[in-house]
Amino acid sequence: MTDLAMSTARGQSRIGKVALRWLLYIALGLFALYYLMPLFVMITTSLKSLEEIRTGDLISLPREVTFDAWKTAWATACTGIQCEGVRPFFWNSVLIAVPAVMISTLIGALNGYVVAQWQFRGSNLFFAALLFGCFIPFQVVLLPMARVLGLMGVAGTIPGLIFVHVIYGLGFTTLFFRNYYVSIPSELTKAAKVDGAGFFRIFWSIFLPLSLPIIVVTVIWQFTQIWNDFLFGVSFSQAGTQPITVALNNIVNSTTGVKEYNVDMATAIIAALPTLLVYVVAGKYFIRGLTAGSVKG
Amino acid sequence: MAPILDIKNLYKNYGQVEILKDINVSIDSGDFLVLVGPSGCGKSTLLNCIAGLEPISGGSLHIDGQNMTDVSPKDRDIAMVFQSYALYPTMSVAKNITFGMKVRGVDAATQDSKLKQVAQQLQIEQLLSRRPGQLSGGQRQRVAMGRALVRDPKLFLFDEPLSNLDAKLRVEMRTEIKELHQRLGASMVYVTHDQIEAMTLATKIVVMKGGVIQQIGSPAEIYNRPANLFVADFMGNPAMNLIPAKAKANGEGTKIEITRKDGAPIILTDAKNRNLPEDVIIGVRPEDIAEPDFRASQDAQQAECRVDIVEPAGADTFVVMQMGGKQVTARLHAETSAKPGQMQRLAFDLGKVSYFAPDSGQRLN
Ligand SMILES: Nc1ncnc2c1ncn2[C@@H]1O[C@H](COP(=O)(O)OP(=O)(O)O)[C@@H](O)[C@H]1O
Ligand SMILES: [Mg+2]
Repeated sequence: MTDLAMSTARGQSRIGKVALRWLLYIALGLFALYYLMPLFVMITTSLKSLEEIRTGDLISLPREVTFDAWKTAWATACTGIQCEGVRPFFWNSVLIAVPAVMISTLIGALNGYVVAQWQFRGSNLFFAALLFGCFIPFQVVLLPMARVLGLMGVAGTIPGLIFVHVIYGLGFTTLFFRNYYVSIPSELTKAAKVDGAGFFRIFWSIFLPLSLPIIVVTVIWQFTQIWNDFLFGVSFSQAGTQPITVALNNIVNSTTGVKEYNVDMATAIIAALPTLLVYVVAGKYFIRGLTAGSVKG
Repeated sequence: MAPILDIKNLYKNYGQVEILKDINVSIDSGDFLVLVGPSGCGKSTLLNCIAGLEPISGGSLHIDGQNMTDVSPKDRDIAMVFQSYALYPTMSVAKNITFGMKVRGVDAATQDSKLKQVAQQLQIEQLLSRRPGQLSGGQRQRVAMGRALVRDPKLFLFDEPLSNLDAKLRVEMRTEIKELHQRLGASMVYVTHDQIEAMTLATKIVVMKGGVIQQIGSPAEIYNRPANLFVADFMGNPAMNLIPAKAKANGEGTKIEITRKDGAPIILTDAKNRNLPEDVIIGVRPEDIAEPDFRASQDAQQAECRVDIVEPAGADTFVVMQMGGKQVTARLHAETSAKPGQMQRLAFDLGKVSYFAPDSGQRLN
């Protein structure tokens, strides 16, 4: 009797568990759909002709797939008076983002290594100041930064933009590396010192090889930030050095006459592709790097 | 010949806190110096100062006659084994061992032959291509030793190298380190909080407490003539019995009177030690209280004692009694006839006792 009661209870709870699981999946599926909807609309719209957009339904599939909008977006769309598509701006963004990511990551790694393993008088204060830098809103630094860039003679240039992004990213990159390196026992540094290694040798031979997960995290973070930046890009560039986010804005906002939704959508996707790619390639490490802290010795 | 390590009036502060106070130690070539003391007493700090990993706040430090006070670790000709082993996680065992030579620009052929020699010595040849993460605790320990041995330095420094091993392995490695020391004739400074490790390994022991040296001496000196109550209590297992007593000078020597909860006080006569103050603490090692016919000594004085607890421990049997308000342990032989609750005639070896002043804790005899 009790046995029977218990086994049915257990059976019920098992059914309950399965039902709950399915409910969870359905809920997650709905959320995913909800988030993917805009992307779906963007992709389908970019593959339609203007004619079809005007007459058709927003969420219907294209009757006739055409890549004309993509070609226009890439090579001939007008961003103001100039009509060369987003291609030059795309390369500007690459020229800004790649060096800025590399430099800010490398300096962040060195900073983090110093703050975590080579405590000096005032090193905590130094770190606190860097952290504070993370929380300063972009708008606050615009004017002083413009002045500094002017004084340095790099106003409106790509090196100037690289400089801005490196400076603004250092707080975050230092924080990432510092938090990763504090979990590495200081005896490791001591052992290397006794072995005769100096500051850079220890960094290069012992700390950097341990750092792959946190490098990936930092690169993804920095790349996303810099590639998607609009405010610095629009403030500190001039004709010829503008990044793709600025071009996107110009294409969408400056077309006269008929609004070419398909071209706008294609441009937006082109602008978003590199960050998407970085996530797909390195996302696995991103999660791992965020959760992994200590190093098993 | 100059001492291999000579520390004079060394002070170490962290900010306002004085961690090490007026440390004076020197050892000769081939000595095995053990720094022992409770956790947090500054042993690792002192070792780091010797290594040059921590700057010192005062005093001087010479290694083999050279002033090393302000010299960086890499130029001190030392090698160090750390408590956590501190193996480089991304390097193979071989790379771990040769890293120091590589940094110093030793040529590849020499590196290789030294690596082979050390690997063979420590029996880790089959591990050379592995990463530290793939090794057991004992194997990591050996690799850490290998990294130090390959350097062939003037001075070896060990910071609690065995404390992360299980009990059995710890005893094995202890013997191995001792054997290594005898074979190499190297000079070593070894930090531990384990007084048995200190006794078995050292040629010279430094007992520390709160950043102050309590006593320096050979293991026998430390064990037989502890300088104060702290050393007496810290060194030895079971600990030395420290019993409050009254001392009165009389014709034959000094009469030592120890009160008992039930019955008359124990009266012992110490023929050697005179001029003791009235209040003393008498320190007797458990093995210096024995059955009269078992460990006879000419200085032995006998008394009847009530046994409270009998603890057979294989080779010995420990009995616990009450004297002077303290639990007193005696180490008797395994087949003792002592029974709990019964009187037992015991001999106290007064030739080996220590006397301490109750207030200052300092040794009196
Ligand atoms: N970097 C440091 N800053 C401040 N105090 C420290 C530092 N390192 C150690 N101490 C203090 O110095 C004392 C001795 O530490 P340590 O030498 O590690 O002791 P032991 O090795 O004997 O256990 C401890 O009280 C510890 O808190
Ligand atoms: Mg320690």
